[in-house]
Amino acid sequence: MIENILINGLIHGGVYALLAVGFSLIFGVARIVNIAHTAFYMVAAYLIYAFATRLGLHPLIAILLSIAIVPLIGILVYRLTIEPIQEHHVTVLIVTIAVAMVFQEIMLLLFGGHFRGNPSLFTGYLVIRGVRVSYQHLLTLVVVFLVLMATWWLLLKTRLGIAIRATAQDREVANLMGMNVSQVAMITMGIAVTMAAIAGVLVAPLSVVEPYMWLHPLVMILAIVVLGGLGSIKGSLAGALILGFVETLVVFLIPLGAFLKGAFSLTIMLVVLLIRPEGLFGVAFEEER
Amino acid sequence: MAGFLSLRRIRLLFQKEILILPSRTIAFLFCLALLCLPLVTKDPYLLRIVIFSSIFAIFAASWDLLSGFTGQMNFGHALFFGVAAYTSAILNLRLGLPPWATIPLGALMAVIAGLLVGVPCLRLRGPYLALATLAFPIILMGIIFTIPEITGGELGVSGIKPLASSRIATYYVCVILMLGLGLLMWKIGDSKTGIIFHAIREDELAVRASGINTTRYKLLAFSLSGFFAGLSGGLYTHFIRIAGPSTLEVSLSFQAIIWAIFGGVVTIYGPIAGVFILYPLMEFLRILPEIRTLIFGLTVIILLLFMPEGLTTWARDKMEKECPRCKARNGAWRNTCRVCFADMERQVASGS
Repeated sequence: MIENILINGLIHGGVYALLAVGFSLIFGVARIVNIAHTAFYMVAAYLIYAFATRLGLHPLIAILLSIAIVPLIGILVYRLTIEPIQEHHVTVLIVTIAVAMVFQEIMLLLFGGHFRGNPSLFTGYLVIRGVRVSYQHLLTLVVVFLVLMATWWLLLKTRLGIAIRATAQDREVANLMGMNVSQVAMITMGIAVTMAAIAGVLVAPLSVVEPYMWLHPLVMILAIVVLGGLGSIKGSLAGALILGFVETLVVFLIPLGAFLKGAFSLTIMLVVLLIRPEGLFGVAFEEER
Repeated sequence: MAGFLSLRRIRLLFQKEILILPSRTIAFLFCLALLCLPLVTKDPYLLRIVIFSSIFAIFAASWDLLSGFTGQMNFGHALFFGVAAYTSAILNLRLGLPPWATIPLGALMAVIAGLLVGVPCLRLRGPYLALATLAFPIILMGIIFTIPEITGGELGVSGIKPLASSRIATYYVCVILMLGLGLLMWKIGDSKTGIIFHAIREDELAVRASGINTTRYKLLAFSLSGFFAGLSGGLYTHFIRIAGPSTLEVSLSFQAIIWAIFGGVVTIYGPIAGVFILYPLMEFLRILPEIRTLIFGLTVIILLLFMPEGLTTWARDKMEKECPRCKARNGAWRNTCRVCFADMERQVASGS
């Protein structure tokens, strides 16, 4: 029981972390609340299904292909629909909701509303102190860890990372320092969507793939980024782990928990917000006037 | 008295007040068409579409009153709708109260919900507020699923009395309520309170510095908006005669935002126009059931790319322009202002 909670909590937390960090990045740099973020995660999961099951490609090739294709779709969406109306924040929001709807409907048209399963990359399991851990779960944990580390390194050690952080801090000044702000925003969108795609790829074999699979994670990552503090990567990580574990605990320990998992996580988010209105690691924004 | 009501007087009033601006003419024709529709057709399906549009128009306009005017982004507007729907349904079913009592009581319950949400959330700003409000309907939905004895769980509460005895009576109740409440919200938006709402959106700090208790006004906005949204929730539940968890769904909250922004925010008539265009469009697209939502999404994206401030704002700017001197609105074809006779083309030097 405890081991199951630990493993599932880590996996949920990890996948949420991948999604939430990407969401946080794009919010920080371009000030976009990108509702379509988890739609890219769904698209990645479907692409694997299409390549591996429909076209019969090797699962590894399917995975690499979808991780390569989804960011291109993401950048295209950014270029065509978000960038032209960037000054109208609320309108951008509606457009991203509509984009998510469009993706959902396209997947519904192409693959139908059935729940689809995906083959695991590895079968078999490992026994650690009497607990069976499947290789797929282990792989998920390792990949999540590596991707998060890579993002961390990218943001802290590279010139691109410095540009991204500078743009997030102050768009105008970053622009004055000679950074191509809109290009930075586009690259950030690419990175964020890649992370969402990796999350989708990891989840696809562990759960079912269906056109509405983007809604629950969307609500969760919104709660996570608010809990951790908007735009804060550290906060998103902490929030993802907290809510990942809370969700797992509720499902395992409370009868009818599956209905309540969303409610519980969101209540925790609200409680934190009431005590600290800027989230766990957020900085209180200067009132933008 | 006779002179006041004389035909000539009315015609003059009509010419001077309504025909003078295209937007007023359109609004007048819209009201007239809605009120006369049952005289032309008694098709229950068509009436049903207009009834739903009216109910959702109240809902979308109430979102505008809160989020458009004061800028307090509410992502969980379905909370008000759902609370009122469930309250009216349970009051009607358990206590046997008639609809004219349950709907206002449901709306009052939504106001209480609005205050419960508003009081803690007013410490939050911008996106934090938006994302925190998203949580409330979902939390309530979780609670509803865990106490199926009272709420009916996934199936909802059914067996509620209808709104009125016939379809046409229901039609008139909904349409007249929509027009009346729409006018009321528009008047609120134009009143002194409404101006303070505007100011809070533009610059809250400056409003506070002018000695206005902004928290009180934001709470007022939450309660007013909750009341109107609650009325629409009660109407909805008495019309479809079931109160289910779908009244609390995230998609309903998003739908309200899509309608409002598509139509144009901070106008009240914008969201109403948005609903009356998008809802019938969705119904019309039932002839293509597979790609209905796809077309809906693409329509919203493409229109907003061309008119990022919404349809009515875009159309109004095309048809009318503002007098450079007295700021009164004029038809785009006029050369002089209809109020102060200033030259419409002349550019007034703005403070240097």
